[in-house]
Amino acid sequence: MKDNHQSSQREGSDVLAELERLPRVPAPPSLLPTVLLRTGTADAYARVLTPIGPVFIACNRQGISALAREREPAQFEAEFRARFGRPVCRVEALPEPYAAALAGQLSTDVSDTAMFDLRGITDFERRVLMKALEIPRGEVRSYGWIAKEIGRPQAVRAVGTALKHNPIPLLIPCHRVVHSDGSIGEYLFGGDTKRIVLETEGAAPDVIERLGRSGVRFVANPDDGTFCLPTCGRSHLHDNFQGRGLRTERDAFAAGLRPCRDCRPAVMTS
Amino acid sequence: MSRDSTTLIIDEADLPTVLAVDLARGFEGLVLAYQDRLFSFALRLTSSPQDAEEIVQDAFIRAYNALRTYPPERRRMLVLRPWLYQIVLNVTRNRMRGRRVDQTTLDDEETKWHLLLADDETRQPEVIYERDERQGHLITMLMELPARYREAVILRYVEDLSYADMSRILEQPVGTIKSNVHRGVVLLREARTAEPDEVRS
Repeated sequence: MKDNHQSSQREGSDVLAELERLPRVPAPPSLLPTVLLRTGTADAYARVLTPIGPVFIACNRQGISALAREREPAQFEAEFRARFGRPVCRVEALPEPYAAALAGQLSTDVSDTAMFDLRGITDFERRVLMKALEIPRGEVRSYGWIAKEIGRPQAVRAVGTALKHNPIPLLIPCHRVVHSDGSIGEYLFGGDTKRIVLETEGAAPDVIERLGRSGVRFVANPDDGTFCLPTCGRSHLHDNFQGRGLRTERDAFAAGLRPCRDCRPAVMTS
Repeated sequence: MSRDSTTLIIDEADLPTVLAVDLARGFEGLVLAYQDRLFSFALRLTSSPQDAEEIVQDAFIRAYNALRTYPPERRRMLVLRPWLYQIVLNVTRNRMRGRRVDQTTLDDEETKWHLLLADDETRQPEVIYERDERQGHLITMLMELPARYREAVILRYVEDLSYADMSRILEQPVGTIKSNVHRGVVLLREARTAEPDEVRS
């Protein structure tokens, strides 16, 4: 066809050649991420300042999907794709409602479970993380406590593994889970960071560990006849318990105390 | 998001199959495979980079919304190139007619995204939309053509599409298209002949 045009009308055939020479102009770099974000086929992520420094938080229409320490954007994007199987695009700020929910209250309680996108993890992992979300700010629970609460009392190690793979640390407070002897233990951001976060929340990790070393596991509340875990809001950690410490729940039951309904400290029923 | 190893390239021939099996993954591959061609096409139709980017964004979103409603078998059978060019053409026509009603938003409260692009992406090399004055004049002449001639000429000679594909895109018989291409070229030649000397030399 082109040849016909060119041969039949030589005069002006340069117009065809010129048309064919018009350069292909590459799409601007903003096109792909904008399309992926607008179709919801990519997550968005933004840099957010937290008590442990800058982090990247990713989200999509289902909720917040990931939190990681700030790093090279390309590295974060590659790791995100490897883990979640979809792309993630950097934006200036997280969209609503996440921005508002996170504003000024990171590592407090984003306890609205609907805010998190936990697709792609096992049912067991989800139950562990949802249970961790129930631990109030300023308090800690043990791995064994989580295992018991989700009806898998033998699965203490698996609870530890699930928390280690928490895709949204800090917001899902896996840092509030410590060893049953009170030692703070490891954290996916490092044990020192775990202490800092707990300190920020008012959980006094040093006191928790000292009590643990002294053998105290529970605290009696003679006023209302209950006993609690040491960091339970009802047990007044700050007064060092002055003689109210208990080593075993057997001791507590022997003293005629009932387990606290808030922190549910007992493994035995009575 | 950088266009490096973190993005995935799917062979164009495999795209319909991937779209049938995994729409989200296939769609990213589709955007990567077609964004430059479709942007170029929209740019030649409108001669405005801003319009072209918005048109292609909207076109991809329409494509995605359609793909979501298609059963996997239909996605597998899609002939992507004419299908996508047709969507771009329709979005462009709507805009050129002044119908700026955005029908592509996914819902009423669609998020406004403010991308943060890497330095190497914002510091783009100077994009060349036209090489010289002569090319600029050609683009002006194209824009002055009636739309039916402009579309036909661009699809045929700039985008190098077959008459079979053009027939799908323009929903016209090949004879009509050939006649429009011919008429468009004749008008361009006339305009070129009538052009001022300084451009011609």
